[in-house]
Amino acid sequence: MNPVLRRIGLALAAPAMAFVFAVAVSSIVLLISDSNPYDTFSTMLDNGTQLEIIVDTLNRATPLFIAGIAAAIGFRMNLFNIGVEGQYFLAAFAAAVIGAEVSLPGPLHIGLILVIAMVVGAAYAGLAAVLKVYRGVNEVIATIMLNFLAIGGIIAAIFPSVIDMSSGQATNAGTKAIPESGWIPDLNGFVEIFTREIGKGRELTGVIIIAVVVGVAYSIMVNRTVFGFDLRASGMNPLAARVGGIPPGRMIIIAMLLSGAIAGLIGMTEILSDNHSYDQGFVRGLGFEGLGIALLGRKTSPGIMFAALLFGFLDSSSAILQVSGSASQSIVIIMKATILLAAVVAYEVVDEYRKRDEVKRAALATGGAA
Amino acid sequence: MKTLMKLMGLLLALTMIAAACGDSDESGDTTAAPEETTATTEAGPTSDTNVGLTFDIGGRGDQSFNDSAATGIDKAQNELGISFTEAEPNADGSNRSELLQTQADVSQLVIAVGFLFGGDVEAVAAENAGVNFAVIDDAMLDFDNGGVPRGDNIAGLTFAEHEGSFLVGVAAALKSETGTVGFIGGVSGFGLIERFEAGFNEGARAVNPDIEIIPQYITEFPNFDGFNAPDRAKDIALGMYDQGADIVYHAAGGSGAGMFEAAKEQSEATGSKVWGIGVDSDQYNTVSTSVQEYVMTSMLKRVDVAVFEITKAHEDGMFAAGNTVYDLSVDGVGYSTTGGFIDDIVDQIEDYKAKIVSGEIVVPTEP
Repeated sequence: MNPVLRRIGLALAAPAMAFVFAVAVSSIVLLISDSNPYDTFSTMLDNGTQLEIIVDTLNRATPLFIAGIAAAIGFRMNLFNIGVEGQYFLAAFAAAVIGAEVSLPGPLHIGLILVIAMVVGAAYAGLAAVLKVYRGVNEVIATIMLNFLAIGGIIAAIFPSVIDMSSGQATNAGTKAIPESGWIPDLNGFVEIFTREIGKGRELTGVIIIAVVVGVAYSIMVNRTVFGFDLRASGMNPLAARVGGIPPGRMIIIAMLLSGAIAGLIGMTEILSDNHSYDQGFVRGLGFEGLGIALLGRKTSPGIMFAALLFGFLDSSSAILQVSGSASQSIVIIMKATILLAAVVAYEVVDEYRKRDEVKRAALATGGAA
Repeated sequence: MKTLMKLMGLLLALTMIAAACGDSDESGDTTAAPEETTATTEAGPTSDTNVGLTFDIGGRGDQSFNDSAATGIDKAQNELGISFTEAEPNADGSNRSELLQTQADVSQLVIAVGFLFGGDVEAVAAENAGVNFAVIDDAMLDFDNGGVPRGDNIAGLTFAEHEGSFLVGVAAALKSETGTVGFIGGVSGFGLIERFEAGFNEGARAVNPDIEIIPQYITEFPNFDGFNAPDRAKDIALGMYDQGADIVYHAAGGSGAGMFEAAKEQSEATGSKVWGIGVDSDQYNTVSTSVQEYVMTSMLKRVDVAVFEITKAHEDGMFAAGNTVYDLSVDGVGYSTTGGFIDDIVDQIEDYKAKIVSGEIVVPTEP
């Protein structure tokens, strides 16, 4: 077989296996809970192909993708940055508070908010890196603790003093809204050149552009730069990398800083294009979703993009499934979890197969030459 | 290290599955309900109205806030003949506006359970002029512009929690033998739970001006863990009982279960009975049977009344934008007597209730 085709086939085998497995498991669950799997899946597809729902999917996939990249940078260095959650909360909070206080021309205002978010995210991740390098504290433990400290400690302590009480009631209180110069424009106008008008108040977030830049930059960094080579080498074999002259401490710190900086951007869909403030409804859990997406996407930009789009699609099916009465929203969680579980297993199986296959073919090739 | 990575991946997936399984108790209900809607409208009156009931995280089956809303819509279905569709957000609360829009596509009235929907309802209502919207627990008034409704088709349904808390404060003071009672708040700092504390304090002091009240909150806003931390509520309650309190009132959502466990533990350890007071729904019916006998009463926040009344108003063409407060006078708040533990003092509580309804007593909203 053509070796290129073979490689592509092997790369797709695992996700395909995982997907089939997830559909099978979900069908069984649906049958058990008295729902019709065929109806459920066709509802999801009919719904998911509408323009408005595609916008929902993209809006949801954008922060998921950024979260996936943030986690992937850590994974490349064999670092488990559980702290993505706390880093993006703190970054978004700081960006919302400071962003509301300044008034600048549009691009500068947005730029300032982005820089604040990245610096805060990086600094907070850097804390865990410093603890690991100089004190040997495991980054998993450190970042879990720092998550609690960020959300339950720092934000909780400062929030009451920056709450916007001008509305006179504190039910869904949040920080003061960022002035309009700090809003990133939506992309509806651009999309509508190619499609019909986007209805029902949907706005395609402009943060998608930031996500694309992050994805491309990540790919270039990992595959085309010296730092990326060092990163991959340290991740694959720390000892060999060290012997080869790559300082492990420095790599850990840089990787965590980068991971944290990207994590800082996760909340930007809320801050720049959705709410324009940090309030109690601030979307949580994206950091943890990002870990799963990075694993599902095998730490590469295209893979993470597909994983984020898939999860985005599943999440945006939740509304129609419930309202149409075809299934409970739990089915979405079950599908996400089985895909992830099956993918981790399938990647292993395919890797094993690939290794054995390579050995066999190498033997054949050398045998043939002799 | 690589193995650790894989293990973590598996662990992550398993946690998600576990989370999904935790939900699946409710899934039976959620999926079953829309089927019922088509079948049960034979006997009562019928209506073409569909109500889009949009729960907050937890959904039908949470034995509290959302369940109370479900009771209201079930009653509306039986008595008014409306049909309804129900939905709840993703666990991270990311798809609230999408839910509301999907509901608005098939409904004439959309009810959102919980103030976290406030902003999204305002946006979605503006896009759906022909659909009425109601938000539980948010006044939905634009205070920047002198308190006008945040939309011509938006109603805000709020409760006089301080008045209901006043009555259970009265009950606590009348029943306390030690002269010391406790208050556990779920989350401090955003103004809502302080209303419960203010009412409770005032009610207890109205009976016994010298009563000692120990207040404690579990977490501080914006950390909402305090509404779901039974273990910490238990520790706090045990501490209060040790300090001599014999009745503790909680306004801490799911954490309350821990308080009732503490009451049982303390009572069994010391031999003298201590009590807990529940909140939002009649907790005698929702706690596990082993601690039932420690639920003296519950402060009722009648979300079901609000859901039913707004649906009825919509049906009668009387839907009014703006804030409606469900207070004691319309039984929007109240107290429960299940278990019969406060039967002997109901008359006295009713006296206070009459005074609040008549305006003779004005209950403060800040402690």
